[in-house]
Amino acid sequence: MGARHFGARVTRLEDPALLVGAGRFVDDVKLPNALHACFVRSPHAHARIRSIDATAALAMPGVHAVLTANDLPEPMCTERIPNLMTNPAIKIMRTQHALAREEVCYVGEAVAVVIADSRYVAEDAVPLVDVDYDVLPSVCDCRDAVKPGAPRAHSDVEDNVAAFVRMEYGDVDASFARAPHVFEERMWLHRGGGMSMEARAVTASHDPASDLLTVWSSTQTPHLGRRMLADLLGRNLEAIRMIAPDVGGGFGPKAPFYAEEAVIPAAALQLGRPIRWAEDRREHFLSATQERDQHYDVAIAVDADGKILGVRGTMLHDTGAFMPWGIIMPYIAAVTIPGPYVVPNYRLECTVAITNKVPTTPVRGAGRPQAVFAMERMMDRVARELKLDRAEVRRRNFIQPEQMPYAVGLIFRDGMPLVYHGGDYPTSQRAALARAGYDGFAARQEAARANGRYIGIGIANYVEGTGLGPFEGVTVRVLPNGKVAVATGATNQGQGQRTALSQIVADQVGCRLEDVVMTMGDTAAISQGVGAFASRQSVNAGSSALLAGTEVRRKIIALAALTLGVPPDDIELEDGEAIARGGNRPRLSLGELARLAAGTAGVSFVAGQTPGLEHTAYFTPPQASYCNGTHVAEVEVDPMTGGVAFLNYTVAHDSGTVINPLIVDGQVQGGVAHGIGNALFEHMVYDENAQPLTTTFADYLLPTAMDVPTCDIEHIETPNPLNPLGVKGAGEGGTIPAPAAIIAAIENALSRFGVRFAEAPLTSERIVATLRAAGAYEKLD
Amino acid sequence: MSTHAIKLSVNGKPYERSAEARITLADFLRHELGLTGTHVGCEHGVCGACTVLLDGRTARACLMFAVQAQGREITTIEGLAGAGGKLNVLQQAFHEHHGLQCGFCTPGMLMTLTELLRDTPDPSEVQVRDALSGNLCRCTGYGGIVAAALAAARSVRGA
Repeated sequence: MGARHFGARVTRLEDPALLVGAGRFVDDVKLPNALHACFVRSPHAHARIRSIDATAALAMPGVHAVLTANDLPEPMCTERIPNLMTNPAIKIMRTQHALAREEVCYVGEAVAVVIADSRYVAEDAVPLVDVDYDVLPSVCDCRDAVKPGAPRAHSDVEDNVAAFVRMEYGDVDASFARAPHVFEERMWLHRGGGMSMEARAVTASHDPASDLLTVWSSTQTPHLGRRMLADLLGRNLEAIRMIAPDVGGGFGPKAPFYAEEAVIPAAALQLGRPIRWAEDRREHFLSATQERDQHYDVAIAVDADGKILGVRGTMLHDTGAFMPWGIIMPYIAAVTIPGPYVVPNYRLECTVAITNKVPTTPVRGAGRPQAVFAMERMMDRVARELKLDRAEVRRRNFIQPEQMPYAVGLIFRDGMPLVYHGGDYPTSQRAALARAGYDGFAARQEAARANGRYIGIGIANYVEGTGLGPFEGVTVRVLPNGKVAVATGATNQGQGQRTALSQIVADQVGCRLEDVVMTMGDTAAISQGVGAFASRQSVNAGSSALLAGTEVRRKIIALAALTLGVPPDDIELEDGEAIARGGNRPRLSLGELARLAAGTAGVSFVAGQTPGLEHTAYFTPPQASYCNGTHVAEVEVDPMTGGVAFLNYTVAHDSGTVINPLIVDGQVQGGVAHGIGNALFEHMVYDENAQPLTTTFADYLLPTAMDVPTCDIEHIETPNPLNPLGVKGAGEGGTIPAPAAIIAAIENALSRFGVRFAEAPLTSERIVATLRAAGAYEKLD
Repeated sequence: MSTHAIKLSVNGKPYERSAEARITLADFLRHELGLTGTHVGCEHGVCGACTVLLDGRTARACLMFAVQAQGREITTIEGLAGAGGKLNVLQQAFHEHHGLQCGFCTPGMLMTLTELLRDTPDPSEVQVRDALSGNLCRCTGYGGIVAAALAAARSVRGA
């Protein structure tokens, strides 16, 4: 077998339909007789619901129903959405009701749903649903939430501490006691959203003839969603089909199961008509999950040479009003801080606070950008205090390749010890610095200064746990027309998984790439599935594609050998044919072989024949994989406006073996753009009553084409020994170290003024305010 | 709600429909005419996913009422490909330079760049980025889109 496709810069199979407007997103699915939904959402951050009167709304022409919690079927009407992520550290495990019952705990929480002839009419009727609220005290800032006597985010909890987690190894206090240098930092990262360009959408239809409930959802996890829905409806799993068709971006917030994914199917069952709901952007700001609020008080102890002796501190995580993804983000943050460095002693104490804001779940990076920010800014501090080069301090502390496999001393989010298998951290930094022209930067900075310009450079390294299990399956089946059907529980929100998996399978079964027929994101296609998060699909589904493809290849060769009367070793597969090497090269097409493998009705197979050219594999990784990389940002800052422009952005990235460099480059570039948003722009603002203030793209800024440079990317490929492909996952690495590198670069550019930045996003106005407070404008030339 | 008769041309094809005054052009194209290639990403005119050409000029279909398109010529993403669905030069460049990932912003990107490349056949990278600054993409980080636009311009000039 020649690896014709694996590793090649193959253009994507997803593209042609999307480029001509023939994609099929949830809101493109048109069903006859469909009705439209609009949700009644809480205008209060915390309130008791006294009563709901839908009389006026129901009287409006075109309105078919108004459903409240009590109108939902059992057990959805009383049970909360099932909890996906348990952890013994969780004291208050709280998930939402599909529709709020007695109490609302954040602005945007769904209270009722209006079903009408059109979305326009449904929106007209929403204000006519009269909800009588008794407003309760709310808590917005997690630092206030954990103070004694703070208003309680839910009226029936003792306090707002949902969980406390201590991550620890070594004797950190002893290491600090004997350390010649200890530096303390206080840092804060604020929340933003995934902000996929397609907001959420759900369409549901029930077919009474088959009793099948079909749900189209713009989700990253249709198999998980089906399971949750089956629990909430008390339905057999097999009586629900959930489909995630083309999905317009995910980035995390489309992974959890949402109230709307329960209510719309329930309404379709109740009304006996298809129901459509497409979230508008304002609703997305109010009710799609967000992430990143973490406050750090951390300290680093180093010896006289800048070698780390210990890291310790506390972190406060704002989880919002509910915990649909448990405490995954603070947990991941706590185990990500040591990163690529030898940290002999470590302790982080994490407090998870509930507040009256929209719940948090992972957003591209999931706790890692915050952890990397905390660690890398401490490394910058060490360099500054000890008057060492920032790259040199990092170099002195790297875990060396010969120390692999390296056990950090913690348990990762997969339940297994945090052990890095492979990765070359010194080479990563060396490569990034060389490409970025780091050695020549001091001269560039001096020349810029002479011209009255302020340029700076920042470095950040990271290690990222990826490829989480438990599995993702792939079925490979040769069809009678010679095409090769591939079905998987993996899902596609733009990552190019269809192309990557097709490359793997085509190499095995010897077919053309365009002859692979892929079904993704459909619970009818494969019995088990998990979905897209944690940069996991190339590791899990990619490996399953290889295993299933290899087995189907073996079956093809065995059947061709039997049929042609030659030894299996003499069969080669090429362009959809099995060809015998000898004689006049007799051949059978894959389609002919598929027909032979289907047998003839009533006729016995001869010995050695097996039914169908088909195999399903579920690869189960033994533990998480660990990617790593280095970012170097070079920026110019205008002190008068606080504007930041990128002069250069360099990435060295080790995601293991690369299946398709075109796709991986795109993941890295897009990830960096998200990181730039987190570093400079994306600030979800709430007032003191937890009212969201940034609910449009005019208030909450995403980076544009004017803000994002094209990155200079180097792939460093250290194969991953934990799966047969050697891959590690590439979806999030671009985002994770970006805020740390960018904010370090800004600080470096403005070093003349002695200003320090310990927060993200660092907006222009914050830069100007900080410069003003430092008296910088008196010092300007 | 008053209903109005609307005559307009979309991608060279004439349509006669009636629509309520408040129906946006984006909803009209998607739900009345079944042209779902035009996407709605924010409904407040910032993201640019719904961008179409109105008498040859880019317009936000989410900020217009369908009745305002009375008698106008509209081009959507469905109108870009050549005979038999063959990708045009810009679409092909998007394919070759990985100018799309999820594909949701792509219709607006293509329409914006169609206007730019028609009016500015030899754009600089800064001109391309400036033209794209009214279209948000969350997946690509714009690198592939900018590269595709510049490659398409080169290709058209070379042809």
